Amino acid sequence: MSARLGLAVSIALTHVRSRARQTLVGVLGVATGVGFSVMMAALMEGSQRDFITQLVDALPHILVSDERRHPSPQPAEEAYDAAAIQGLTTKAIRPGIKNPFAMMSAISGWVDGAVAPSVQAKAVVRFAGRDRTASVIGIDPKREGEVSKLPTQIRQGTLADLYRASNAIILGDGLAGKIGARVGNVVSVTGGTGQVLLCTVVAFSHTGVASADDSQAYVLVKTAQILAGQTGLVNEIRVKAQDVMAAREIAARIEAETGYKSVSWQEAHEDLLSAFEIRNLIMYMVVGAILLVASFGTYNIISTITHEKTRDIAIMKSLGLTERLVRTIFVLEGLVIGLIGTALGFALGLGLSLAMGQVAIKSPFMDATHLPIYYSPLHYALAGAVALSASLVAAYLPARKAASLQPVDIIRGAS
Amino acid sequence: MNGTPLIRAENLGRVITGEVPATLITGADLAVAPGTFLAITGPSGSGKSSLLYLLGLLDLPTTGEVYVEGRATSRLPEDARAAIRLEKLGFVFQFHFLLPEFTALENVLLPMRALGRLTGAAMEARGLALLGSLGLEAHARKRPDQLSGGQRQRVAIARALANDPAVLLADEPTGNLDTHSTEQVFAILRRLVDAEKRAVVIVTHDLALAARADRQVRVVDGRIVDEAGQA
Repeated sequence: MSARLGLAVSIALTHVRSRARQTLVGVLGVATGVGFSVMMAALMEGSQRDFITQLVDALPHILVSDERRHPSPQPAEEAYDAAAIQGLTTKAIRPGIKNPFAMMSAISGWVDGAVAPSVQAKAVVRFAGRDRTASVIGIDPKREGEVSKLPTQIRQGTLADLYRASNAIILGDGLAGKIGARVGNVVSVTGGTGQVLLCTVVAFSHTGVASADDSQAYVLVKTAQILAGQTGLVNEIRVKAQDVMAAREIAARIEAETGYKSVSWQEAHEDLLSAFEIRNLIMYMVVGAILLVASFGTYNIISTITHEKTRDIAIMKSLGLTERLVRTIFVLEGLVIGLIGTALGFALGLGLSLAMGQVAIKSPFMDATHLPIYYSPLHYALAGAVALSASLVAAYLPARKAASLQPVDIIRGAS
Repeated sequence: MNGTPLIRAENLGRVITGEVPATLITGADLAVAPGTFLAITGPSGSGKSSLLYLLGLLDLPTTGEVYVEGRATSRLPEDARAAIRLEKLGFVFQFHFLLPEFTALENVLLPMRALGRLTGAAMEARGLALLGSLGLEAHARKRPDQLSGGQRQRVAIARALANDPAVLLADEPTGNLDTHSTEQVFAILRRLVDAEKRAVVIVTHDLALAARADRQVRVVDGRIVDEAGQA
């Protein structure tokens, strides 16, 4: 360290030490700003990541359905340059995916992940005189565990229990509760075509999302096909990619290669992701405002010190200290306040985050859980960088003014 | 006058503009040679302190020029003028103007650290030697509020001498001191001239003190009206 910088540091440290109370207030201001910013960022990003994780885990990363984004061209449209078609009606039954198992093999060949078929059928589930409409999903229990968290959400049984009975069914626990069915009971399931199956309840599913648990039931693919009245029907292929963020590109390729509508989780929740961007913008603005307010405290303190030290500044300049050196002294004071405040703020932020992580939340739609907190060094780095920059700017402004004082004006006044 | 002037003022003028314009100094010519003890006297408000500030590069003249060791200074950038003050000029004011949070030694070290020519140990040794030469060896680690008025002023003199300047400029250095302290300070200043061949320029109201200087200039209404004595 050069002698001049050493001098600036020693004067700066002496000033902040001799004004312990003011320094403490400034430090606490910065620490509070940094601490709450870090906690807010951890909470906001934690909740966002938790939400996305739940979203991604609850649904397959990519859903290939037996639909097409654009209606198939009619023969007349292909034969003529212009054709008007009226009274066209769509088929009443779902067409299903052609050669679904061949397509699944093809997808498995290049996608790093897992693929599973599913059949969607609407049905009415009846037991003991009570009935409820349900989405009956036909699955392959062996593959389902690779594309969803369903096996971990099964209660009082396992997914493999679907093989146990000829028409086995797993009911959402909410749905089971509403009709009063228990494991081992036989419920009547009526498909959209009027086909009635007597199914044995082998387990319950519990996703934690009330709307799903109140209306979903799982059966084998073949059972769902019978309910839909379409043998061999597979109307959805679910894909789980190892790289979650690559889902959009994989979906685009599947769609390009197969022609079937292929929706990634990002596309399915585009509106939510946009909302997150707006939420993040708001978060950064609030965090910035907190740190800005903290910097006002630093400005106030450095202003006060420079005001109180006007005579000292004059005498230092009269002795031959340059404007730059005098300015450096007061900028260093702001830096010291900023550094100590930032360090304390990191500890405060970590403490607040840990405390917030212990807070339990209950929701009628979700299981009781704790506030999700995401710990990221980036939050600390950003809050620290903004706090230090704000402290430096807050100190520089009064320091510049103080350093430009003409010593003779002060000395004349004091003499 | 002995040798080449350390400081020379030529047709020096200082006018304050603004709501109430005032002429502080006008047409001042003055030279300060090595080994000179010069006293500037005059009534209150006559402009004697203003003249000292101009000679010491603390203020800029509106007319004329101040030469330090033959170098014109009025057009130099502020940092260059600050460097000349730091290296070649020493200041003592009526009020000691010591930094209150620092010890006597730290105050003396301040100009040396700003100049940065000596090592830390050499600075401390010189600082202690300077304080010792002014009878303050026992007070080096005390802060200004633990010293008497005379002791503070002697610390201020030690600080002014820290970078071994050729010229010491003092504005009413004994103005706030009792008779005993005044004599002590005067004796120190006298020794700087006689033993060390420095130039000392003081502004004082005390005509008896001024009479003991080698030269006197009297300032009235911003003009040097009278010069007496010979070095």
